[in-house]
Amino acid sequence: MTPYALILPAAAIYALFTVYPIFRQFDISFFNWHVFPGAENPFLGLENFTAAVHDPVVRTATFNTVLYVVITVPAQMLIGLFAAAILSDRLPAAGLWRALIFIPVVTSWVIVSYVFAYIFNDQGGVANGLLSLFAGHQVSIDWLAQTWTANAVIWIVGIWKGVGWSFVMFLAGLDGVPREIVEAGRVDGATELRLWRRIVIPAIRPTMVFVFVLLVIGGTQVFTQVYLMTGGGPYNSTQVLFTYAYQQAFTNFEFGYAAAIASMMAVIVFGLSVAEIQLLRRRNS
Amino acid sequence: MAITRTMPARSTAKPTQLGIFGIRGWRKTRLVLAILFAAVSVFPLLFMASLSFQPPSDVFSGTPVLVPTHPTTANYAQAWTENSFGRFFANSIYVSLGTVVLTVALASLAAFAFARFRFPFREVTFYAFLASLAVPGVLLIIPQYLLMSRLHLINSLNGLILIYVSQNLPFSIFLLRSFFEAIPRELEESFRVEGAGSMRVLTKLIAPLSVPALATVAMFTFNAAWDEFIIALTLINTPSHRTLPIGLALFIGAHTTAWGPLFAGSMIATVPSVIVYVMAQRWFRHGISLGGLR
Repeated sequence: MTPYALILPAAAIYALFTVYPIFRQFDISFFNWHVFPGAENPFLGLENFTAAVHDPVVRTATFNTVLYVVITVPAQMLIGLFAAAILSDRLPAAGLWRALIFIPVVTSWVIVSYVFAYIFNDQGGVANGLLSLFAGHQVSIDWLAQTWTANAVIWIVGIWKGVGWSFVMFLAGLDGVPREIVEAGRVDGATELRLWRRIVIPAIRPTMVFVFVLLVIGGTQVFTQVYLMTGGGPYNSTQVLFTYAYQQAFTNFEFGYAAAIASMMAVIVFGLSVAEIQLLRRRNS
Repeated sequence: MAITRTMPARSTAKPTQLGIFGIRGWRKTRLVLAILFAAVSVFPLLFMASLSFQPPSDVFSGTPVLVPTHPTTANYAQAWTENSFGRFFANSIYVSLGTVVLTVALASLAAFAFARFRFPFREVTFYAFLASLAVPGVLLIIPQYLLMSRLHLINSLNGLILIYVSQNLPFSIFLLRSFFEAIPRELEESFRVEGAGSMRVLTKLIAPLSVPALATVAMFTFNAAWDEFIIALTLINTPSHRTLPIGLALFIGAHTTAWGPLFAGSMIATVPSVIVYVMAQRWFRHGISLGGLR
């Protein structure tokens, strides 16, 4: 009896506020949903889904979301691992450098979005200021008003904010590398590169899988910096899937349509995560 | 996912240098790189700090400066008095602390059951908790909005707490279970022999030995709740119930580019995160590496 009583409070909250909404989402996506109480919600079948597949903005948003993941995830992992490798051994004031590298992680997304909006603004922003300094004349790029510069800023924010998390995870991972084996290999005259490939990387593989999977999941839900910095503009060109779904639901009140987009995302991301874990596990064994 | 729940063998001998790609022992190079990484991490935030002390005339002078030429605290006064900023701050504190207390308590109870009891469907239940980690949490905002409006929890800070607790439970249970399992069972048996019940074992034995993991969970949960934007933006409409992220986001809406007051507000909003981080930092690395996340 005891274990059930111990789990019950957590299970009850989790079931009501997370599990039920997952199923509810699929349910809503089959209807032309009206938020107003008492209003009729006609059943649409798969219409919301077919509409989404043919929506050009959904295509742009999918492309931008995938691109965001493809660019920011490897960048965060590589930079995070490199920084962790540098700081995994004793170094003067190591604790301070570690703490500072982690600072962006504990800074709020809203604040970070505005700090970068300031840095990349077109009137006296830091980015233009630095470029002007190098160019020798006044540069005034309107970063957030053009598709590709705006996307680049969105990626930079994501990478800058996320590196500290990968860094800490890899730091913990490197703690567990059996140092006796590294030392033995070194005595046998193995090069550092070889030691990394043969001992260090295999030892931290579980961490790498964990970090990779969680970063992909996190990357697909990119929202705050896009919502606050570009609002998906200009002309929906920086829209990502979640900003678009959100706009459909809470600006246009197309709840069914938004739920259909979100449901498709959920299925794809869940499938991806399972596939990633299976694939990387198999390679591991 | 790295679900290894064994306690790693930690050698007590002083660690040998791991080295990176042949620059082992190049302490100076490593130090320079470490400082460089730290500088890049902090550099953008220095502008936030600097601008919060600059009068508008300097902010818009065209050339950004890092050291304020005419330092002023006027932005702080403006940020704090306008927009009921103090109220937003109090709301955020309430929501974040409520989330931390509930999450740590409920996750500890559940993790204790998963780590120390054998019962039917144990693993199935555990993985049911973990499964939602693979579904992006923010995607659920639409059904959650409908659920909360049916429960009359729109504009309710307690409603926000319930959603945040639900979001933070899976990872917390996962981390705590690994940590609890690593505590030797013999300790528990000696406790049980003296007639201690489960609650006593948890509060007097397991919890005190799990401070690093509990602190790690508390820190992650506090930050998640303190920063959360989308759900609060969607569920809270009454100005007096807004949390800080919403207050800050609306601040720029009201004064397009009032960078000074915005960043003064941001500075104030960052203080609690930094305090919690500094407090948890000494346990945090240990909490992660023993928590089976390696």
